[in-house]
Amino acid sequence: MKGIGVSPGIAIGRAFVIKKNAPATNGIILKNQVEIVAEIERFDISVVNALAEIDAIKNSSQLMLNDDDIAILETQVELINDPQIREDVVAKIEEEKKTANDAMIEVTAGIVTLFESMDDEYMRARSADFQDIGNRILKYINRTGDTNNRSFEPDTIVIADDLTPSDTITLDLNLVTGFATQAGSRTSHAAIIAKSKGLPAVVACGDELMTINHNDFIILDGLSGSVYVNPGEDIISRYSAKSASFRRQAEVLKMVKDKPAITADGKQVTLLANISDADDLAMVHDNGGEGVGLFRTEMLFMDRDTFPDEDEQFEFYKKAVLKAKGKPIVIRTIDIGGDKHLSYFNLPTELNPFLGYRAIRISLDQEGLFIVQLKAILRASAFGSVSIMFPMISNVKEVRDAKFILNKAKNELLEAGIAFSNDVKVGIMVEIPSAAVTADILAKEVDFFSIGTNDLCQYTLAVDRMNEKITHLYDPFNPGVLRLILNVIEQGRAHNIHVGMCGEMASDPLATLLLLGMGLEEFSMSAASIPAIKNIIINNSEATAKQVCQQVMAMDSSENVTAYLKEITQ
Amino acid sequence: MITKDYIITSAQGMHARPATQLVKLVKGFKSATSLKKGDKIVKLNSLLNILSLSIKGGETISVIMDGEDEVSAAIVIDDFFTKQLKEL
Repeated sequence: MKGIGVSPGIAIGRAFVIKKNAPATNGIILKNQVEIVAEIERFDISVVNALAEIDAIKNSSQLMLNDDDIAILETQVELINDPQIREDVVAKIEEEKKTANDAMIEVTAGIVTLFESMDDEYMRARSADFQDIGNRILKYINRTGDTNNRSFEPDTIVIADDLTPSDTITLDLNLVTGFATQAGSRTSHAAIIAKSKGLPAVVACGDELMTINHNDFIILDGLSGSVYVNPGEDIISRYSAKSASFRRQAEVLKMVKDKPAITADGKQVTLLANISDADDLAMVHDNGGEGVGLFRTEMLFMDRDTFPDEDEQFEFYKKAVLKAKGKPIVIRTIDIGGDKHLSYFNLPTELNPFLGYRAIRISLDQEGLFIVQLKAILRASAFGSVSIMFPMISNVKEVRDAKFILNKAKNELLEAGIAFSNDVKVGIMVEIPSAAVTADILAKEVDFFSIGTNDLCQYTLAVDRMNEKITHLYDPFNPGVLRLILNVIEQGRAHNIHVGMCGEMASDPLATLLLLGMGLEEFSMSAASIPAIKNIIINNSEATAKQVCQQVMAMDSSENVTAYLKEITQ
Repeated sequence: MITKDYIITSAQGMHARPATQLVKLVKGFKSATSLKKGDKIVKLNSLLNILSLSIKGGETISVIMDGEDEVSAAIVIDDFFTKQLKEL
């Protein structure tokens, strides 16, 4: 069966099924003032006891709590102590003559309903926290004591309808190797805690999950969200291998995550991520990315019926800029055409769409659309460190025209009194051979270059990336492509502008030393690739990389280059 | 009485963690403090109330402080919204 994988890792073990009974109201109406006072006191004492329980969890040395756990517990302390909750409960006891139990159940239900109806996923997930603290207080109101006394065997996988934050925090990690829940979401505290502890977890598995029996043999994949119940030998051996390789990878990540990307001889390199959406930034931070080298904006334009207006675009960019938490973020203007079409924008059918009407060519032709996007990006720049990048530049006039329209966008915002950063850097993708060859000319016009190796390779080698018959010719290690890349980097350095790379090659471990030796200082790639590339940089020197570059640039074929790089990367 | 407006600069908005910090901060003062978003006003001493406003990144809120130590409360709250919030 399948749920949402919220904390990567493989867990293999025996099921421990937890089912909870929902608290029930008793319907008793209080008879007099004495009973009312007694019920209010019962509530207050329960609060004190519930707080003491959290204190005990906080001070437990056995649970090995991290900062995230402590923060969640402190939030629970504030909620249990919340004056508004007490006010509401007391009002129900005094005015409606309800018992502390019924008052607490109703107040909790009201809060849970309120949060479940919110339009924000994070806030919706908070309803579980309120249910949790409600149950915690109720437990003491009814003097049922701690019902959570569970004794786990080693290699236990917890299967539950739902896990409260306190359930999750108190799981003994020496015994529990993972959990799966029927309900829950990516942002529920159970998921967040699992992730911070590195405990594989799957949530939102649905009703089917509760068909699992105690002691069933379970395999749980916290990345894909798969849960296997009593699987066959082949699945067990496949996942045992996967589990081992995941642990090795996690080791590498842990070792390099917070280390800067500096070579053994002190050369610092910037490792950035390519993203398509603000939500991708969580992965970027998790993998130690230092910012975003390419924010593709196409996703905002796809799967809809009309162009997004300036405000909608602004919200989309701003969300990503805020999530970058002050780290630099390079936003690329729209790159449609080629193989990317919009249902509401009539692009002509072309014989050679990759050589046709696409990217900056459309933007410069449709100035009205372009200026809306530029204004939205500029407005988002007020919230962080934003750069703008133009795709598919083939000559200097396109750069000048794009910059002219950018200035117009700035002036329109100035006139309207709308804030934007006055330090927005402007750069271009170098992905057309003419741009690579004339890097010296283009460098005078912009603040940075970003080499797009995928298109540069296809245009330089005249190889259609989509044509399966000629895939063997698509080769970034072709000396022709390598010379172009080297020229771009050298010209960028000669004119004191940043040169980065955001194509596939930046994430290819085979190419890392070669590119470093060429003088590349910024590598942008999918977030998951960052630790492996960083590992190579940390364990090598710039001096070695320069030798590698010299060797490679003297070679006459990509076969020789690839064979040599494979040999030294071993 | 002191009223100050702030733009929420953290991407997540007023999530449980920063809201908890804020409640802890204002509990140290005698002044009555409230939080206003749109036409809704709530007391700042209740985490439930703050979360129920569902304040998102980029939104503007106002803080109202009233009481004998309102000036020092304003300084502490100002530091929270302009500095600490980004790191929480």
